[in-house]
Amino acid sequence: MQLFLPIADIPVNVFLILAMGAAVGFVSGMFGIGGGFLMTPLLIFIGITPAVAVASVASHIAASSFSGAIFYWRRRAIDPLLALVLLSGGVIGTALGVWTFTQLRALGQLDLMIALSYVVLLTAVGGLMFWEGLRAILRARRGIASSMRRPGSHGWIHGLPLKIRFKRSKIYLSVIPVVVVGVIIGFIGAVMGIGGGFILVPIMIYLLRVPTATVIGTSMVLTLVTMVFATMLHAVTNHLVDAVLALILMVGGVTGAQFGARAGQKIRGEHLRLLLGLLILAVGIRFAIELGIKPDDLFTIRDTGGGG
Amino acid sequence: MSARRSLTIMAVTLLLGASGTIGPARAERLIVSVSNQRVTVTPNYSGEELVLFGSVEKDAATPATRTAYDLVVTVSGPPADMVTRRKERKFGIWINTDYREFLKVPSYLALFSNRPFDAIASPDIQRRQQLGLNNVLLTQRVGPDYADVVPNDAFRSAFVRLRSERGLYREATSAVTFLTPTLFRTEIPLPAEVPIGRYDVEIKLFSDGALVTQTDTSFEIVKVGFEQFVATSARQNGFVYGLATAFMALMTGWVASIVFRKD
Repeated sequence: MQLFLPIADIPVNVFLILAMGAAVGFVSGMFGIGGGFLMTPLLIFIGITPAVAVASVASHIAASSFSGAIFYWRRRAIDPLLALVLLSGGVIGTALGVWTFTQLRALGQLDLMIALSYVVLLTAVGGLMFWEGLRAILRARRGIASSMRRPGSHGWIHGLPLKIRFKRSKIYLSVIPVVVVGVIIGFIGAVMGIGGGFILVPIMIYLLRVPTATVIGTSMVLTLVTMVFATMLHAVTNHLVDAVLALILMVGGVTGAQFGARAGQKIRGEHLRLLLGLLILAVGIRFAIELGIKPDDLFTIRDTGGGG
Repeated sequence: MSARRSLTIMAVTLLLGASGTIGPARAERLIVSVSNQRVTVTPNYSGEELVLFGSVEKDAATPATRTAYDLVVTVSGPPADMVTRRKERKFGIWINTDYREFLKVPSYLALFSNRPFDAIASPDIQRRQQLGLNNVLLTQRVGPDYADVVPNDAFRSAFVRLRSERGLYREATSAVTFLTPTLFRTEIPLPAEVPIGRYDVEIKLFSDGALVTQTDTSFEIVKVGFEQFVATSARQNGFVYGLATAFMALMTGWVASIVFRKD
Protein backbone atom coordinates (compact mmCIF):
# COMPACT_ATOMS: atom_id res chain seq x y z
CA MET A 1 0.00 0.00 0.00
CA GLN A 2 1.58 3.24 -1.15
CA LEU A 3 1.25 6.43 0.83
CA PHE A 4 2.58 9.87 -0.04
CA LEU A 5 4.50 11.47 2.82
CA PRO A 6 3.68 15.17 3.23
CA ILE A 7 7.07 16.41 4.43
CA ALA A 8 9.43 13.86 2.93
CA ASP A 9 7.61 14.38 -0.40
CA ILE A 10 7.92 10.81 -1.58
CA PRO A 11 5.51 7.87 -1.67
CA VAL A 12 6.43 4.92 0.52
CA ASN A 13 5.08 1.46 1.14
CA VAL A 14 3.22 1.59 4.46
CA PHE A 15 3.87 -2.05 5.29
CA LEU A 16 7.60 -1.70 4.66
CA ILE A 17 7.79 1.25 7.07
CA LEU A 18 5.64 -0.62 9.62
CA ALA A 19 7.94 -3.64 9.41
CA MET A 20 11.03 -1.48 9.77
CA GLY A 21 9.50 0.24 12.78
CA ALA A 22 8.59 -3.08 14.37
CA ALA A 23 12.03 -4.59 13.81
CA VAL A 24 13.87 -1.62 15.26
CA GLY A 25 11.26 -1.36 18.05
CA PHE A 26 11.90 -4.99 18.99
CA VAL A 27 15.63 -4.35 19.26
CA SER A 28 15.09 -1.15 21.23
CA GLY A 29 12.69 -2.79 23.68
CA MET A 30 15.00 -5.73 24.17
CA PHE A 31 18.15 -3.77 24.89
CA GLY A 32 16.68 -0.55 26.23
CA ILE A 33 18.20 1.54 23.50
CA GLY A 34 16.48 4.04 21.24
CA GLY A 35 17.52 2.36 18.03
CA GLY A 36 18.12 5.63 16.21
CA PHE A 37 21.48 4.38 14.95
CA LEU A 38 19.58 1.59 13.15
CA MET A 39 16.45 3.44 12.04
CA THR A 40 18.05 6.52 10.49
CA PRO A 41 20.30 4.59 8.06
CA LEU A 42 17.33 2.37 7.11
CA LEU A 43 15.16 5.36 6.25
CA ILE A 44 17.93 6.98 4.24
CA PHE A 45 18.34 3.67 2.42
CA ILE A 46 14.71 3.71 1.21
CA GLY A 47 15.12 7.21 -0.17
CA ILE A 48 14.13 9.60 2.60
CA THR A 49 16.47 12.57 2.90
CA PRO A 50 18.86 12.36 5.91
CA ALA A 51 17.48 15.56 7.46
CA VAL A 52 13.86 14.32 7.42
CA ALA A 53 14.96 10.86 8.57
CA VAL A 54 16.86 12.17 11.61
CA ALA A 55 14.05 14.55 12.56
CA SER A 56 11.25 12.00 12.24
CA VAL A 57 13.16 9.21 13.94
CA ALA A 58 13.42 11.34 17.09
CA SER A 59 9.65 11.20 17.63
CA HIS A 60 9.57 7.50 16.78
CA ILE A 61 12.17 6.82 19.47
CA ALA A 62 10.17 8.95 21.91
CA ALA A 63 7.11 6.72 21.38
CA SER A 64 9.10 3.49 21.61
CA SER A 65 10.93 4.51 24.75
CA PHE A 66 7.73 5.79 26.40
CA SER A 67 5.98 2.47 25.91
CA GLY A 68 9.15 0.72 27.10
CA ALA A 69 9.46 3.02 30.10
CA ILE A 70 5.86 2.25 31.16
CA PHE A 71 6.66 -1.45 30.92
CA TYR A 72 9.72 -1.10 33.16
CA TRP A 73 7.96 1.32 35.52
CA ARG A 74 5.30 -1.31 36.27
CA ARG A 75 8.07 -3.75 37.08
CA ARG A 76 9.71 -1.17 39.35
CA ALA A 77 12.78 -1.33 37.13
CA ILE A 78 13.26 2.44 36.89
CA ASP A 79 15.28 4.46 39.37
CA PRO A 80 13.56 7.90 39.34
CA LEU A 81 16.30 9.66 41.29
CA LEU A 82 19.05 8.29 39.06
CA ALA A 83 17.05 9.29 35.97
CA LEU A 84 16.62 12.81 37.33
CA VAL A 85 20.32 13.28 38.06
CA LEU A 86 21.23 11.91 34.60
CA LEU A 87 18.72 14.27 32.98
CA SER A 88 20.19 17.34 34.67
CA GLY A 89 23.49 16.49 32.98
CA GLY A 90 21.75 15.51 29.75
CA VAL A 91 20.19 18.94 29.30
CA ILE A 92 23.58 20.66 29.62
CA GLY A 93 25.14 18.15 27.25
CA THR A 94 22.42 18.64 24.62
CA ALA A 95 22.90 22.39 24.65
CA LEU A 96 26.69 21.96 24.26
CA GLY A 97 26.12 19.44 21.49
CA VAL A 98 23.82 21.71 19.49
CA TRP A 99 26.41 24.47 19.73
CA THR A 100 29.19 22.12 18.51
CA PHE A 101 26.91 20.88 15.72
CA THR A 102 26.56 24.44 14.42
CA GLN A 103 30.33 25.00 14.60
CA LEU A 104 31.08 21.77 12.70
CA ARG A 105 28.51 22.66 10.09
CA ALA A 106 30.23 25.98 9.50
CA LEU A 107 33.48 24.09 8.88
CA GLY A 108 31.74 22.03 6.16
CA GLN A 109 32.79 18.59 7.32
CA LEU A 110 29.80 17.67 9.45
CA ASP A 111 28.98 14.54 7.41
CA LEU A 112 32.48 13.19 7.80
CA MET A 113 32.53 13.95 11.51
CA ILE A 114 29.22 12.13 11.97
CA ALA A 115 30.41 9.13 9.96
CA LEU A 116 33.73 9.00 11.81
CA SER A 117 32.12 9.29 15.23
CA TYR A 118 29.68 6.52 14.24
CA VAL A 119 32.60 4.29 13.31
CA VAL A 120 34.70 5.07 16.36
CA LEU A 121 31.86 4.95 18.87
CA LEU A 122 30.00 1.95 17.49
CA THR A 123 33.04 -0.25 16.92
CA ALA A 124 34.55 0.68 20.29
CA VAL A 125 31.35 0.26 22.31
CA GLY A 126 30.21 -2.76 20.30
CA GLY A 127 33.60 -4.42 20.47
CA LEU A 128 33.91 -3.90 24.22
CA MET A 129 30.41 -5.19 24.91
CA PHE A 130 30.87 -8.18 22.67
CA TRP A 131 34.19 -9.04 24.29
CA GLU A 132 32.84 -8.59 27.79
CA GLY A 133 29.71 -10.63 27.06
CA LEU A 134 31.82 -13.39 25.55
CA ARG A 135 34.10 -13.52 28.59
CA ALA A 136 31.13 -13.58 30.95
CA ILE A 137 29.59 -16.49 29.05
CA LEU A 138 32.88 -18.39 29.01
CA ARG A 139 33.29 -17.81 32.76
CA ALA A 140 29.75 -19.08 33.35
CA ARG A 141 30.51 -22.16 31.23
CA ARG A 142 33.56 -22.93 33.33
CA GLY A 143 31.36 -22.67 36.37
CA ILE A 144 33.05 -19.72 37.97
CA ALA A 145 30.61 -17.61 39.94
CA SER A 146 31.43 -14.22 38.51
CA SER A 147 28.17 -12.42 38.99
CA MET A 148 29.03 -11.30 42.49
CA ARG A 149 32.48 -10.10 41.60
CA ARG A 150 32.55 -6.52 40.48
CA PRO A 151 36.11 -5.70 39.53
CA GLY A 152 37.14 -2.16 40.26
CA SER A 153 33.88 -1.30 41.89
CA HIS A 154 35.69 0.61 44.55
CA GLY A 155 37.81 2.64 42.18
CA TRP A 156 38.24 6.37 42.04
CA ILE A 157 34.64 6.92 40.90
CA HIS A 158 33.38 5.64 44.20
CA GLY A 159 35.76 7.86 46.13
CA LEU A 160 34.16 11.06 44.84
CA PRO A 161 32.21 13.33 47.18
CA LEU A 162 28.49 14.33 47.07
CA LYS A 163 27.30 10.79 47.47
CA ILE A 164 23.61 9.97 47.23
CA ARG A 165 21.81 6.75 47.99
CA PHE A 166 19.88 5.64 44.89
CA LYS A 167 17.38 3.45 46.66
CA ARG A 168 15.78 1.69 43.73
CA SER A 169 19.15 0.70 42.26
CA LYS A 170 20.57 -0.09 45.71
CA ILE A 171 23.74 1.87 45.05
CA TYR A 172 25.49 4.62 46.96
CA LEU A 173 27.16 6.86 44.45
CA SER A 174 28.51 10.36 43.96
CA VAL A 175 26.33 12.57 41.73
CA ILE A 176 29.42 13.92 39.91
CA PRO A 177 30.04 10.92 37.61
CA VAL A 178 26.29 10.56 36.98
CA VAL A 179 25.94 14.17 35.85
CA VAL A 180 29.11 13.86 33.74
CA VAL A 181 27.68 10.76 32.03
CA GLY A 182 24.46 12.70 31.38
CA VAL A 183 26.44 15.55 29.81
CA ILE A 184 28.40 13.14 27.57
CA ILE A 185 25.25 11.33 26.40
CA GLY A 186 23.39 14.58 25.75
CA PHE A 187 26.37 15.92 23.82
CA ILE A 188 26.85 12.81 21.69
CA GLY A 189 23.11 12.58 21.07
CA ALA A 190 22.85 16.14 19.80
CA VAL A 191 25.93 15.92 17.59
CA MET A 192 25.23 12.50 16.11
CA GLY A 193 21.45 12.72 16.05
CA ILE A 194 20.91 9.61 18.15
CA GLY A 195 19.40 8.92 21.54
CA GLY A 196 22.65 7.58 22.93
CA GLY A 197 21.06 4.68 24.81
CA PHE A 198 23.52 2.17 23.38
CA ILE A 199 26.38 4.11 24.95
CA LEU A 200 24.52 4.95 28.16
CA VAL A 201 23.61 1.35 29.00
CA PRO A 202 27.21 0.02 28.99
CA ILE A 203 28.51 3.11 30.82
CA MET A 204 25.92 2.61 33.55
CA ILE A 205 26.70 -1.06 33.85
CA TYR A 206 30.49 -0.96 33.72
CA LEU A 207 31.41 2.46 35.02
CA LEU A 208 28.68 3.37 37.48
CA ARG A 209 28.00 -0.24 38.49
CA VAL A 210 24.26 0.25 38.33
CA PRO A 211 22.54 -3.14 38.68
CA THR A 212 21.31 -4.50 35.33
CA ALA A 213 17.76 -4.60 36.71
CA THR A 214 17.32 -0.81 36.70
CA VAL A 215 19.74 0.10 33.89
CA ILE A 216 17.44 -0.40 30.91
CA GLY A 217 14.35 1.25 32.39
CA THR A 218 16.31 4.24 33.65
CA SER A 219 18.15 4.74 30.37
CA MET A 220 14.77 4.67 28.60
CA VAL A 221 13.58 7.60 30.69
CA LEU A 222 16.63 9.61 29.62
CA THR A 223 16.10 8.62 25.97
CA LEU A 224 12.42 9.57 26.20
CA VAL A 225 13.07 13.06 27.53
CA THR A 226 15.96 13.86 25.16
CA MET A 227 14.01 12.61 22.14
CA VAL A 228 10.87 14.61 22.99
CA PHE A 229 13.19 17.60 23.32
CA ALA A 230 14.86 16.76 19.99
CA THR A 231 11.48 16.40 18.23
CA MET A 232 10.53 19.87 19.42
CA LEU A 233 13.87 21.34 18.32
CA HIS A 234 13.68 19.77 14.86
CA ALA A 235 10.07 20.87 14.40
CA VAL A 236 10.76 24.45 15.44
CA THR A 237 14.09 24.98 13.66
CA ASN A 238 14.04 22.85 10.50
CA HIS A 239 10.33 22.06 9.98
CA LEU A 240 11.41 18.62 8.83
CA VAL A 241 9.50 16.28 11.16
CA ASP A 242 7.23 14.15 9.00
CA ALA A 243 4.34 13.37 11.33
CA VAL A 244 2.83 10.77 8.98
CA LEU A 245 6.12 8.92 8.62
CA ALA A 246 6.65 9.20 12.38
CA LEU A 247 3.19 7.79 13.13
CA ILE A 248 3.72 4.73 10.93
CA LEU A 249 7.14 4.16 12.50
CA MET A 250 5.66 4.61 15.99
CA VAL A 251 2.84 2.11 15.50
CA GLY A 252 5.35 -0.46 14.27
CA GLY A 253 7.91 0.59 16.86
CA VAL A 254 5.77 0.40 19.99
CA THR A 255 4.42 -3.00 18.95
CA GLY A 256 7.92 -4.29 18.41
CA ALA A 257 9.18 -2.71 21.62
CA GLN A 258 6.59 -4.56 23.74
CA PHE A 259 7.70 -7.93 22.40
CA GLY A 260 11.32 -6.86 22.57
CA ALA A 261 11.03 -5.91 26.24
CA ARG A 262 9.48 -9.29 27.04
CA ALA A 263 12.14 -11.13 25.08
CA GLY A 264 14.83 -9.09 26.78
CA GLN A 265 13.70 -10.20 30.23
CA LYS A 266 13.92 -13.84 29.23
CA ILE A 267 17.46 -13.65 27.94
CA ARG A 268 20.31 -13.75 30.41
CA GLY A 269 22.30 -10.56 30.96
CA GLU A 270 25.57 -11.68 29.43
CA HIS A 271 23.85 -13.09 26.36
CA LEU A 272 21.97 -9.81 25.97
CA ARG A 273 25.22 -7.87 26.14
CA LEU A 274 26.88 -10.22 23.66
CA LEU A 275 24.01 -9.80 21.18
CA LEU A 276 23.83 -6.04 21.56
CA GLY A 277 27.62 -5.81 21.26
CA LEU A 278 27.48 -7.82 18.05
CA LEU A 279 24.71 -5.64 16.62
CA ILE A 280 26.46 -2.37 17.43
CA LEU A 281 29.76 -3.71 16.14
CA ALA A 282 28.10 -4.77 12.87
CA VAL A 283 26.63 -1.31 12.28
CA GLY A 284 29.98 0.29 13.15
CA ILE A 285 31.85 -1.97 10.74
CA ARG A 286 29.30 -1.22 8.05
CA PHE A 287 30.00 2.49 8.43
CA ALA A 288 33.75 1.83 8.43
CA ILE A 289 33.49 -0.19 5.21
CA GLU A 290 31.48 2.59 3.63
CA LEU A 291 34.26 5.04 4.41
CA GLY A 292 36.98 2.65 3.32
CA ILE A 293 35.83 1.22 0.01
CA LYS A 294 35.44 3.17 -3.16
CA PRO A 295 31.81 4.28 -3.44
CA ASP A 296 29.77 3.30 -6.51
CA ASP A 297 29.30 6.93 -7.24
CA LEU A 298 31.83 9.53 -6.25
CA PHE A 299 29.27 12.28 -6.63
CA THR A 300 26.29 13.15 -4.47
CA ILE A 301 23.67 15.85 -4.77
CA ARG A 302 22.12 17.61 -1.87
CA ASP A 303 19.18 19.94 -2.05
CA THR A 304 20.11 23.09 -0.18
CA GLY A 305 16.68 24.63 -0.50
CA GLY A 306 16.47 28.24 -1.53
CA GLY A 307 15.26 28.80 -5.04
CA GLY A 308 11.63 29.68 -5.57
CA MET B 1 -14.64 23.19 -16.80
CA SER B 2 -11.54 21.84 -18.47
CA ALA B 3 -12.82 22.91 -21.85
CA ARG B 4 -13.22 26.43 -20.54
CA ARG B 5 -9.77 26.31 -19.04
CA SER B 6 -8.17 25.20 -22.26
CA LEU B 7 -10.04 27.95 -24.07
CA THR B 8 -8.50 30.44 -21.67
CA ILE B 9 -5.08 28.97 -22.33
CA MET B 10 -5.66 29.23 -26.03
CA ALA B 11 -6.59 32.85 -25.63
CA VAL B 12 -3.50 33.51 -23.54
CA THR B 13 -1.37 31.63 -26.00
CA LEU B 14 -2.79 33.65 -28.86
CA LEU B 15 -2.03 36.85 -27.00
CA LEU B 16 1.49 35.72 -26.23
CA GLY B 17 1.97 34.63 -29.78
CA ALA B 18 0.83 37.99 -31.02
CA SER B 19 2.84 40.10 -28.60
CA GLY B 20 5.94 37.96 -28.87
CA THR B 21 6.33 38.50 -32.58
CA ILE B 22 9.83 39.64 -33.41
CA GLY B 23 10.80 40.05 -37.02
CA PRO B 24 8.94 39.03 -40.12
CA ALA B 25 9.89 35.33 -40.03
CA ARG B 26 7.29 34.49 -37.39
CA ALA B 27 4.32 33.77 -39.48
CA GLU B 28 3.24 30.78 -37.47
CA ARG B 29 1.50 30.62 -34.18
CA LEU B 30 1.64 27.84 -31.65
CA ILE B 31 -1.45 26.84 -29.76
CA VAL B 32 -0.87 24.44 -26.90
CA SER B 33 -2.68 22.93 -23.97
CA VAL B 34 -1.65 20.66 -21.11
CA SER B 35 -4.05 17.85 -20.16
CA ASN B 36 -4.01 18.85 -16.51
CA GLN B 37 -3.23 22.35 -15.27
CA ARG B 38 -3.25 21.40 -11.62
CA VAL B 39 -1.81 18.07 -10.58
CA THR B 40 -2.94 17.25 -7.07
CA VAL B 41 -0.80 15.14 -4.80
CA THR B 42 -3.04 12.91 -2.73
CA PRO B 43 -2.04 10.18 -0.24
CA ASN B 44 -2.04 7.57 -3.01
CA TYR B 45 -0.10 9.67 -5.52
CA SER B 46 2.66 7.65 -7.16
CA GLY B 47 3.56 9.54 -10.29
CA GLU B 48 1.48 10.79 -13.17
CA GLU B 49 1.71 11.47 -16.86
CA LEU B 50 0.48 14.65 -18.47
CA VAL B 51 -0.15 15.15 -22.16
CA LEU B 52 0.71 18.31 -24.04
CA PHE B 53 -1.31 18.94 -27.19
CA GLY B 54 -0.72 21.65 -29.69
CA SER B 55 -1.00 22.80 -33.22
CA VAL B 56 0.92 25.04 -35.56
CA GLU B 57 -1.32 27.74 -37.05
CA LYS B 58 -0.14 29.09 -40.36
CA ASP B 59 -1.23 32.37 -41.79
CA ALA B 60 -0.79 34.31 -45.03
CA ALA B 61 2.77 35.27 -44.20
CA THR B 62 3.87 31.67 -43.99
CA PRO B 63 6.15 30.79 -46.87
CA ALA B 64 4.45 28.22 -49.02
CA THR B 65 7.61 26.18 -49.21
CA ARG B 66 7.69 25.68 -45.45
CA THR B 67 6.07 22.37 -44.69
CA ALA B 68 8.29 20.46 -42.24
CA TYR B 69 8.51 21.61 -38.65
CA ASP B 70 10.60 20.58 -35.69
CA LEU B 71 9.45 21.02 -32.16
CA VAL B 72 11.28 21.16 -28.84
CA VAL B 73 9.39 21.11 -25.53
CA THR B 74 11.19 22.11 -22.32
CA VAL B 75 9.48 21.44 -18.99
CA SER B 76 11.20 22.94 -15.96
CA GLY B 77 10.10 22.47 -12.38
CA PRO B 78 10.48 24.96 -9.53
CA PRO B 79 14.09 26.21 -9.21
CA ALA B 80 16.21 25.04 -6.28
CA ASP B 81 19.76 25.40 -5.03
CA MET B 82 21.73 22.18 -4.95
CA VAL B 83 25.23 21.09 -4.07
CA THR B 84 27.12 18.38 -5.90
CA ARG B 85 29.98 16.90 -3.92
CA ARG B 86 32.81 14.67 -5.05
CA LYS B 87 34.42 12.08 -2.82
CA GLU B 88 38.13 11.50 -2.86
CA ARG B 89 40.37 9.08 -1.05
CA LYS B 90 42.22 10.80 1.77
CA PHE B 91 44.05 8.99 4.57
CA GLY B 92 42.51 5.73 3.39
CA ILE B 93 38.89 6.83 3.61
CA TRP B 94 36.52 8.32 1.08
CA ILE B 95 35.48 11.79 2.05
CA ASN B 96 33.78 14.71 0.36
CA THR B 97 36.50 17.02 -0.83
CA ASP B 98 35.40 19.23 -3.68
CA TYR B 99 31.94 20.59 -4.37
CA ARG B 100 30.00 22.86 -6.69
CA GLU B 101 26.90 24.82 -5.88
CA PHE B 102 24.18 24.82 -8.53
CA LEU B 103 22.05 27.90 -8.14
CA LYS B 104 18.37 28.14 -9.02
CA VAL B 105 18.51 25.13 -11.29
CA PRO B 106 15.26 23.38 -12.25
CA SER B 107 14.33 20.68 -9.76
CA TYR B 108 12.65 18.88 -12.66
CA LEU B 109 13.78 19.22 -16.24
CA ALA B 110 12.50 17.46 -19.31
CA LEU B 111 13.44 18.12 -22.92
CA PHE B 112 11.40 16.52 -25.66
CA SER B 113 11.68 16.83 -29.41
CA ASN B 114 10.48 15.07 -32.51
CA ARG B 115 13.97 14.18 -33.74
CA PRO B 116 17.59 14.49 -32.51
CA PHE B 117 18.65 18.02 -31.66
CA ASP B 118 21.57 17.76 -34.10
CA ALA B 119 19.08 17.27 -36.92
CA ILE B 120 16.93 20.20 -35.78
CA ALA B 121 19.47 22.98 -35.52
CA SER B 122 23.16 23.80 -35.73
CA PRO B 123 25.30 23.43 -32.59
CA ASP B 124 25.38 27.19 -32.21
CA ILE B 125 21.58 27.50 -32.23
CA GLN B 126 21.29 24.47 -29.97
CA ARG B 127 23.44 26.27 -27.48
CA ARG B 128 21.63 29.57 -27.77
CA GLN B 129 18.19 28.02 -27.55
CA GLN B 130 19.27 25.61 -24.77
CA LEU B 131 18.28 22.50 -26.66
CA GLY B 132 19.19 19.30 -24.88
CA LEU B 133 20.52 18.60 -21.40
CA ASN B 134 24.02 19.45 -22.62
CA ASN B 135 22.95 22.95 -23.57
CA VAL B 136 20.60 23.89 -20.77
CA LEU B 137 21.94 26.62 -18.56
CA LEU B 138 22.84 25.26 -15.14
CA THR B 139 24.40 28.09 -13.18
CA GLN B 140 27.19 27.09 -10.83
CA ARG B 141 29.00 29.08 -8.25
CA VAL B 142 32.69 28.37 -8.61
CA GLY B 143 34.39 30.38 -5.92
CA PRO B 144 33.31 33.98 -6.46
CA ASP B 145 32.11 33.42 -10.04
CA TYR B 146 28.68 32.52 -11.33
CA ALA B 147 28.79 30.61 -14.56
CA ASP B 148 27.77 27.56 -16.47
CA VAL B 149 30.57 25.32 -17.64
CA VAL B 150 31.28 23.04 -20.57
CA PRO B 151 28.86 20.09 -20.82
CA ASN B 152 31.57 17.52 -20.10
CA ASP B 153 32.57 19.17 -16.82
CA ALA B 154 32.76 16.43 -14.21
CA PHE B 155 30.42 18.11 -11.73
CA ARG B 156 27.89 19.17 -14.32
CA SER B 157 27.68 15.77 -15.98
CA ALA B 158 27.49 14.03 -12.59
CA PHE B 159 24.69 16.37 -11.58
CA VAL B 160 22.71 15.68 -14.76
CA ARG B 161 23.37 11.95 -14.49
CA LEU B 162 22.24 11.72 -10.85
CA ARG B 163 19.10 13.74 -11.52
CA SER B 164 18.36 11.55 -14.56
CA GLU B 165 18.73 8.39 -12.51
CA ARG B 166 15.92 9.63 -10.29
CA GLY B 167 13.77 10.45 -13.30
CA LEU B 168 13.91 14.14 -12.51
CA TYR B 169 15.96 15.13 -15.54
CA ARG B 170 15.16 13.58 -18.87
CA GLU B 171 15.73 14.05 -22.53
CA ALA B 172 13.84 12.24 -25.29
CA THR B 173 14.39 13.13 -28.91
CA SER B 174 11.50 11.09 -30.22
CA ALA B 175 8.89 11.98 -27.62
CA VAL B 176 7.09 14.63 -29.68
CA THR B 177 4.88 13.12 -32.33
CA PHE B 178 3.30 15.00 -35.18
CA LEU B 179 -0.17 13.56 -35.70
CA THR B 180 -0.59 15.67 -38.83
CA PRO B 181 2.05 18.01 -40.26
CA THR B 182 0.76 20.71 -37.91
CA LEU B 183 -0.80 18.86 -34.99
CA PHE B 184 1.50 17.49 -32.30
CA ARG B 185 1.43 15.87 -28.91
CA THR B 186 3.93 14.78 -26.27
CA GLU B 187 3.75 13.12 -22.90
CA ILE B 188 5.22 14.65 -19.74
CA PRO B 189 6.02 11.89 -17.24
CA LEU B 190 6.13 13.00 -13.62
CA PRO B 191 7.96 10.68 -11.23
CA ALA B 192 6.64 9.75 -7.79
CA GLU B 193 9.13 11.95 -5.95
CA VAL B 194 8.11 14.97 -7.96
CA PRO B 195 8.99 18.43 -6.62
CA ILE B 196 5.95 20.47 -5.59
CA GLY B 197 5.41 23.81 -7.29
CA ARG B 198 4.95 25.59 -10.59
CA TYR B 199 6.22 24.01 -13.80
CA ASP B 200 6.96 26.07 -16.88
CA VAL B 201 6.53 24.51 -20.29
CA GLU B 202 8.34 26.17 -23.15
CA ILE B 203 7.52 25.12 -26.71
CA LYS B 204 9.84 26.12 -29.53
CA LEU B 205 9.07 25.64 -33.19
CA PHE B 206 11.93 25.24 -35.65
CA SER B 207 12.01 25.03 -39.39
CA ASP B 208 15.09 24.55 -41.55
CA GLY B 209 17.31 24.89 -38.53
CA ALA B 210 15.93 28.24 -37.42
CA LEU B 211 13.60 29.18 -34.60
CA VAL B 212 10.26 30.13 -36.10
CA THR B 213 8.22 30.89 -33.04
CA GLN B 214 7.81 29.93 -29.43
CA THR B 215 5.21 29.97 -26.72
CA ASP B 216 4.88 28.84 -23.16
CA THR B 217 2.34 27.50 -20.75
CA SER B 218 2.53 26.10 -17.25
CA PHE B 219 1.00 23.71 -14.81
CA GLU B 220 1.34 23.31 -11.11
CA ILE B 221 1.75 20.39 -8.76
CA VAL B 222 0.07 20.98 -5.43
CA LYS B 223 -0.58 19.11 -2.25
CA VAL B 224 -4.22 19.09 -1.21
CA GLY B 225 -6.26 18.14 1.80
CA PHE B 226 -4.42 16.34 4.57
CA GLU B 227 -1.01 16.48 2.86
CA GLN B 228 -1.27 20.22 2.49
CA PHE B 229 -2.53 20.68 6.02
CA VAL B 230 0.43 18.77 7.47
CA ALA B 231 2.97 20.50 5.24
CA THR B 232 1.72 24.01 5.95
CA SER B 233 1.31 23.53 9.68
CA ALA B 234 4.83 22.08 9.91
CA ARG B 235 6.14 25.17 8.18
CA GLN B 236 4.01 27.85 9.80
CA ASN B 237 3.39 26.56 13.31
CA GLY B 238 6.56 24.64 14.04
CA PHE B 239 6.11 24.79 17.80
CA VAL B 240 2.50 23.58 17.84
CA TYR B 241 3.34 20.97 15.21
CA GLY B 242 6.26 19.73 17.32
CA LEU B 243 4.08 19.62 20.43
CA ALA B 244 1.40 17.70 18.55
CA THR B 245 3.95 15.22 17.20
CA ALA B 246 5.53 14.72 20.62
CA PHE B 247 2.07 14.26 22.17
CA MET B 248 1.19 11.80 19.43
CA ALA B 249 4.38 9.87 20.23
CA LEU B 250 3.52 9.70 23.93
CA MET B 251 -0.07 8.67 23.21
CA THR B 252 1.07 5.93 20.83
CA GLY B 253 3.49 4.63 23.43
CA TRP B 254 0.86 4.74 26.15
CA VAL B 255 -1.85 3.07 24.06
CA ALA B 256 0.58 0.32 23.10
CA SER B 257 1.47 -0.38 26.72
CA ILE B 258 -2.27 -0.68 27.53
CA VAL B 259 -3.06 -2.83 24.53
CA PHE B 260 -0.18 -5.18 25.16
CA ARG B 261 -0.59 -5.29 28.92
CA LYS B 262 -0.76 -8.85 30.03
CA ASP B 263 -0.50 -8.70 33.78
